[in-house]
Amino acid sequence: MAEGLFDLVLAGLLLMLAGGALYGRSLYTSILLFVTFGLVLALVWARLGAVDLALAEAAIGAGLTGALLFAALARQGRAPEGEFDLACRRRGLAAAAVLLPVLWLMLSSLAPLAERDSPLPELALAALPHSGVEHPVTAVLLNYRAWDTLLELAVLLLALLGARQLGSGRLDTARPWPQLRAWNAHLAPLLVLVGGFLLWRGSSAPGGAFQAGALLAAGVVSLRLAHLLPPLRWSFWPLRLLVLLGLALFLAVAAAGAWLGQGWLSYPAGWAKPLILAIEVAATLSIAASLSLLVVGERREPAP
Amino acid sequence: MTEWLLDGLSWLPLAGGLLFFAAGSIGLLRFPDVYSRLHALTKADTLGFGLVAAGLACRAGSLWEVAQLLLIWLLVLASGATACQLLARQAREEEGDG
Amino acid sequence: MILFAALLLLTMALGLWRVLRGPGRVDRLQAVQLCGTSGTALLLVLAQALQAPALRDVALVLALLAALLSAALVQLLRRGAHD
Repeated sequence: MAEGLFDLVLAGLLLMLAGGALYGRSLYTSILLFVTFGLVLALVWARLGAVDLALAEAAIGAGLTGALLFAALARQGRAPEGEFDLACRRRGLAAAAVLLPVLWLMLSSLAPLAERDSPLPELALAALPHSGVEHPVTAVLLNYRAWDTLLELAVLLLALLGARQLGSGRLDTARPWPQLRAWNAHLAPLLVLVGGFLLWRGSSAPGGAFQAGALLAAGVVSLRLAHLLPPLRWSFWPLRLLVLLGLALFLAVAAAGAWLGQGWLSYPAGWAKPLILAIEVAATLSIAASLSLLVVGERREPAP
Repeated sequence: MTEWLLDGLSWLPLAGGLLFFAAGSIGLLRFPDVYSRLHALTKADTLGFGLVAAGLACRAGSLWEVAQLLLIWLLVLASGATACQLLARQAREEEGDG
Repeated sequence: MILFAALLLLTMALGLWRVLRGPGRVDRLQAVQLCGTSGTALLLVLAQALQAPALRDVALVLALLAALLSAALVQLLRRGAHD
């Protein structure tokens, strides 16, 4: 009874927030509702027992995406209102025309999911001793399905390149109040500490590269907004190296495995743990660099 | 026996915390201007959260759990106090801008 | 315990009305701040109710990011007010 009430309120709230974020009267309201949506989604994952997803959603969905959207809003001038409405309605109709048939097609394969027992969890747990880590989710992400994680890093890199092409170069903020500077200066070491903790815990408990990278990036963003860091330029070469590091190391390991060992992305026996750890550390640094560049990256303006 | 007693006692701060959260939400809706709403908000932030954390600490299985709860509470306390100051200052600045 | 969580969630949802009502930008931000705090409290309650201690780490991460986010948003708002 109580559980039903909780689930009902949670699901209803999630849907209302999604609607509010899509149809908000101003972009500012929509972003705030989207941040809250991320928070409620983290609660939903927590309720479903998916702690890894709750952690990722809390770190990336609620925290960093909010800052990213806000920074984008602060970079842009006033948006024209009238055209936006018309385009929006037409786009909504188009989306419905595409999505409803797809949903109808997929519903028949989604519906029996509840009673079907997947053999995959047992398989994942059975292979766990050979995977080099103790946490099944990390084993799936970095050993059995390392291919997916590799592509995720590539997607992040592509997003960064796209944003670099489109985004306006400058993000100038007002001089921060002394109180804000002091607060952010105290918060940043804590973020780095918890980020490192999550990375370290990733091998045995929920945590991992994406969550840790998001926390590190949040620390960098807070320091930059408090003007405690110099502007982060795209053209600064150590930063570029850091962005590429994770993907490069991952690809190197994959290619070495294909060339010398049993195959593409299969780790040699006994080497799984150190290799996974190295990849995770490199990926964390890359993700942190990419995400901070996405939020507060700047380009040197050509002299007028 | 002690466990049972602690379990029962923990409902006291938990209910208090819920009361403060509800008061914060209602205050946020009903109070007329930004500053009085901030007043309602910070009560929920500090007392509401603190009481919920205290109630959960009564039910905690180990000292490590209590330490975790304490750490999170201290963080929320500091963050609530700072955010309140920053928000109030921003509100005044926006008013000044007209 | 889960009933307690449900009530907490209801109070959180109630406060969200202020995001829509406004009128000022700071008013809307206030409601999100309250949501962050009650969300953290909810995660702690869920950790107890579902016997999932790892949710306490999620609560810690959420508390940290909520602390950061309100400061970051105020700083970005100030830029918006002056252009």
